Amino acid sequence: MSELARLLVLALAVLAVATLVGRILRRVVARGAPHPVIDDLNARIASWWVMVALLAAAFAIGPGGVIALFALLSMLALREYASITYTRRGDHFALALGFFVAIPAQYGLVALGWYGLYSILIPVYAFLLLPIASALRGDPTRFLRRVAATQWGLMLCVYGLSHVPALLTLEIPGFEARGMLLVAFVLIVVQASDVLQYVWGKLVGGPKLAPTLSPSKTVSGLVGGIASATALGAMLWWLTPFGAWTAAGMALLVAALGAAGGLVMSAIKRDHGIKDWGHLIPGHGGVLDRLDSVVFAAPVFFHLTRYLYT
Amino acid sequence: MNEIVFRLLLGALWLLTGVRGEWTGAAPAMRQRIYFANHRSHADALLIAAALPPAIRRTTRPVAARDYWQRSAVRRFLAHRVIHALLIDRDPATRREDPIAAMRAALDAGASLILFPEGTRNDREDEPLLPFRSGLWHLARTRPDVELVPCWITNVGRILPKGELLPLPLLCTVRFGPALEAEAGEAKEAFLARARAGLLALRGDDGPESTR
Repeated sequence: MSELARLLVLALAVLAVATLVGRILRRVVARGAPHPVIDDLNARIASWWVMVALLAAAFAIGPGGVIALFALLSMLALREYASITYTRRGDHFALALGFFVAIPAQYGLVALGWYGLYSILIPVYAFLLLPIASALRGDPTRFLRRVAATQWGLMLCVYGLSHVPALLTLEIPGFEARGMLLVAFVLIVVQASDVLQYVWGKLVGGPKLAPTLSPSKTVSGLVGGIASATALGAMLWWLTPFGAWTAAGMALLVAALGAAGGLVMSAIKRDHGIKDWGHLIPGHGGVLDRLDSVVFAAPVFFHLTRYLYT
Repeated sequence: MNEIVFRLLLGALWLLTGVRGEWTGAAPAMRQRIYFANHRSHADALLIAAALPPAIRRTTRPVAARDYWQRSAVRRFLAHRVIHALLIDRDPATRREDPIAAMRAALDAGASLILFPEGTRNDREDEPLLPFRSGLWHLARTRPDVELVPCWITNVGRILPKGELLPLPLLCTVRFGPALEAEAGEAKEAFLARARAGLLALRGDDGPESTR
């Protein structure tokens, strides 16, 4: 059985167990009555079946499928981001460039494997050209705030996220044509870290991590989640060109970055008076609520792997 | 067939905007209502229709400008056959039918209405809501049993502002607020100011429409 097939079986087994636990909790603890925490948990698990199915379909199609899926996710993420940040009519063309030029160009360059250009397209070219597009419209009202918010949106929703499929372009000696496994590794570790932080937080409770930013994150969740995600990463070393210890170190790094990224995104949400980025994924919120940690973890994971292994 | 066209339109609108209803003050109900909303685009009536549960949507008619919706065969088809708009003449100089009488007749026939009390699309970037025209007051006074529910549509002015070519994909939410309470003996200006404040209150302090 190929590594990816083995992963799928493992994922389905974990989901089946989670679904069973959710059912039992609903019957035993909630006794069939509405219960906010357990109903939310069951909605989250139901959505995970859909997300795993989508990801499995993309993996089955191949690198093109994974790149297309992440391009679509970038589009949805940027839609959620731009829906709450302050821009004016003068930014319409700049935002249109972001949606309809930057996203296809970034993922097109990833598909071509053109590292030299996809690693600077948004930090250099979008960074310089989009404010020009806004300035030419002649509206100086809160100009810096508008162009800064737009650039941040592209960095988070497009640039950061595109480093997940960019792992497919790494040419690692002895690990040829196995980039999909690296994509699976970083997604599993980061998402598992999110889930485990939630589980540890609910089971142990205790002091809040950053009550002014996020009402639900706890210190116990953070420590327990990152520690168990690190252990999981070590156990999944066979997906990677790393040894078990390096896999553990990489997992620790991406889990910690993911948790920190979640805090950054919480700060943005709090400041804009919203709880979730959107409502596309029942139980989870928006696409950005699910991917906020991936956005922060993927570029660092990509570059570290590139420096150490290519 | 027309129902299919309606569904396709709403589906396309959902793909672009992910439109959803947020019932913050009123609950969806099969009772007769006037949904009054801010107006920034030609898609506003469709967005509110999309946010309403299908059973309510089928008994709700948007009030729209005859001069705009009669201009081409496609618009006429959409207005009459698909969204069942109640077309009114906005120009007092040339009109043959009193808009208030037409709206009252539609209410008496059992329909709920979607009304844009600003009377025109608001193209002013820094003006969230134009002053209300008096139609809402005339309807409230003579049909006191009909509930007046404010609906604030978020983001819609940002998707395709006048003069732009490409629509941006941005999320739209239709917030349904608490129905306006009747107050005995209230003057027209006071009533309209209260209705306008009730709608503006749904906008919230945050988000891209504020100047914070």
